[in-house]
Amino acid sequence: MAKVAVDVMLKPEILDPQGQAIVRALPGLGFDQVTAVRQGKHFEVELDAADAAEAHAQAEKIAATLLANPVIEDFSVRLLD
Amino acid sequence: MTARIGVVTFPGSLDDRDALRAARAAGAEPVPLWHGDHDLRGVDAVVLPGGFSYGDYLRAGAIASFAPVMAEVVAAARAGLPVLGICNGFQVLCESGLLPGALIRNAGLHFVCRDQRLRVESTDTAWTGEYAAGAEIVVPVKNGEGRYVADEATLDELEANGRVAFRYVGGNPNGALRDIAGIRNEAGNVVGLMPHPEHAIDPLTGPSADGLGLFVSVLKQLTAA
Repeated sequence: MAKVAVDVMLKPEILDPQGQAIVRALPGLGFDQVTAVRQGKHFEVELDAADAAEAHAQAEKIAATLLANPVIEDFSVRLLD
Repeated sequence: MTARIGVVTFPGSLDDRDALRAARAAGAEPVPLWHGDHDLRGVDAVVLPGGFSYGDYLRAGAIASFAPVMAEVVAAARAGLPVLGICNGFQVLCESGLLPGALIRNAGLHFVCRDQRLRVESTDTAWTGEYAAGAEIVVPVKNGEGRYVADEATLDELEANGRVAFRYVGGNPNGALRDIAGIRNEAGNVVGLMPHPEHAIDPLTGPSADGLGLFVSVLKQLTAA
């Protein structure tokens, strides 16, 4: 059993109005040094894989097929344990 | 013999009933299709309706694009079957790769629901042949994730080849790049747009009857063929 984290972020050139809304809310809470926030998605995928390499490869495929849309998003994959 | 227009119902579709009604109003035989079937029931055209398929979980249209019926829709569209994606249906078409680009959250974050003026930019499609080039129509728009985006090269290619099918006029509701409301594929049989022509087929219940033209267009093309 392997656990893999997949992080999906909008590409830098894609407008993220949710992140902008968070930036605008922070000064009102006393956080006045924040210049930018980008919001993304974090997935934790558990797999019955033979080894870590296979788990990583499977998660890469899952991310590229479904979890991320390559038109607007980038993703990264890392083994958790 | 009239043409048979299929409308797919996904879990979470909302506008399938209005799309079926629009097909009937245009003179076609409406045929309900089911997301879980590998079967298009021999229809002559397919509409992917608006709504929130699979709750819009993950990304709008992402999970629906892998529904069993979509395997059939994609194969048939590549072979020339007319396919129209409205709102969530447009999102499904982009996620399935039948149309380029993506629909993301509105620039202003608000869900926008209003009557919207559009210009018909391409009459060279299965769904817009009955409009005059440059015609302006008024139909409802209602979405939270309707902002059309694609990279510059794709946008330039769409513009150069007349593949922008509809453009927002008199105010862009969601920040869509180049005011794009709808696009077509290269062959012209697949069209996707965010606004809702199926809600504007009768002045009694919509802002106009301007939207009926899409359904009349495909019917004329099918019955002439």
